[in-house]
Amino acid sequence: MKEMSPSEAVYNGMKGAGIDFVVSVPCVNLQELIHLVDLDPKIGHVPVTREEEGVGIAAGAYMGGKRAALLMQNSGLGNSINALASLNGLYKIPLLMIISHRGGEGETIAGQVPMGRLTPKLLDVMDIPRFSPSPEEAEEIVARAWELAHGGRTPTAVLLDIEFWRSLR
Amino acid sequence: MRRIEAITIITREAESQGALLVGNIGYPSRELYAVGDRPNNFYMLGSMGLASSIGLGLALALPKRRVIAIDGDGSVLMNLGSLATIADQANENYLLVILDNGCYGSTGSQPTCTSRRSDLAAVASGAGVSEVKVATTASEVQSCMKGKGVLVIKVEIGNAEVGVIPLSPEEIMGKFMAISAPPSPSS
Repeated sequence: MKEMSPSEAVYNGMKGAGIDFVVSVPCVNLQELIHLVDLDPKIGHVPVTREEEGVGIAAGAYMGGKRAALLMQNSGLGNSINALASLNGLYKIPLLMIISHRGGEGETIAGQVPMGRLTPKLLDVMDIPRFSPSPEEAEEIVARAWELAHGGRTPTAVLLDIEFWRSLR
Repeated sequence: MRRIEAITIITREAESQGALLVGNIGYPSRELYAVGDRPNNFYMLGSMGLASSIGLGLALALPKRRVIAIDGDGSVLMNLGSLATIADQANENYLLVILDNGCYGSTGSQPTCTSRRSDLAAVASGAGVSEVKVATTASEVQSCMKGKGVLVIKVEIGNAEVGVIPLSPEEIMGKFMAISAPPSPSS
């Protein structure tokens, strides 16, 4: 069986969930996934300037009937908190957040560490369900994270740490 | 021109165009509700800065529908990157209207940078928006409402005496999405 990269596993999970609209702010670990999204004619892709802006665009796309995902680094969670609470939380708008989780094991950039540590706690305090799948689990968990977002009309987060992107299936 | 006069013209035009309308947080949405509630209106109650982004997302999701967002100078200054993204997407069905009164009108009219040196029409042009217009009179507003891109309307400081919107967030969303994303017959 052909080996599937971690990015392909996430992409397949998004496709399985029927994601058809993506906003993104890049992370080095998201480059292959963003490329796969760009190549997909069935997914509208909007590169945005700031993660909070992406939350707004994704909310508008949901209001227009799309299944929206936000691809970002965990630093962008800090840029998005007010919108996630007073837009998604207030109006009960689902959003699948695929997050490159930096700052943990294997991190080489000191600046990534503070937000890396805070990210799970911030999600917990905001009552945003979070998942940390292995590459083997990613396809199924990503699809499930969307189902939970859609059914619960809430943002959900899939946190993918440095180790995740290094491994091969 | 008072802001509520501009909003009255925008509402009338949106109605005749069958457009979806996104109203900015604070008094602009309250004035929008007061001049004529319609299910095609989405009233933003939180997330200051994101009216232009919500409108863009709607317009991209619904390319056959006309979408107009009503934003303010203080809110646009909070999300200037949005102008670059709007320019980048360059969709034909979206008009961002910026009601520029040079102040934070809902919080005590503290001045914004547009009351002094900043020019949001120039910023929009610099961001790459191909169609940028400025209107100062009712007839100019009227004649610019069929365009795309960005329309900056200069309005006076001050809020109309209107109440809060007597709708819950769920009611706002439910009414709006019944128009913007009705369930398909098959589902």
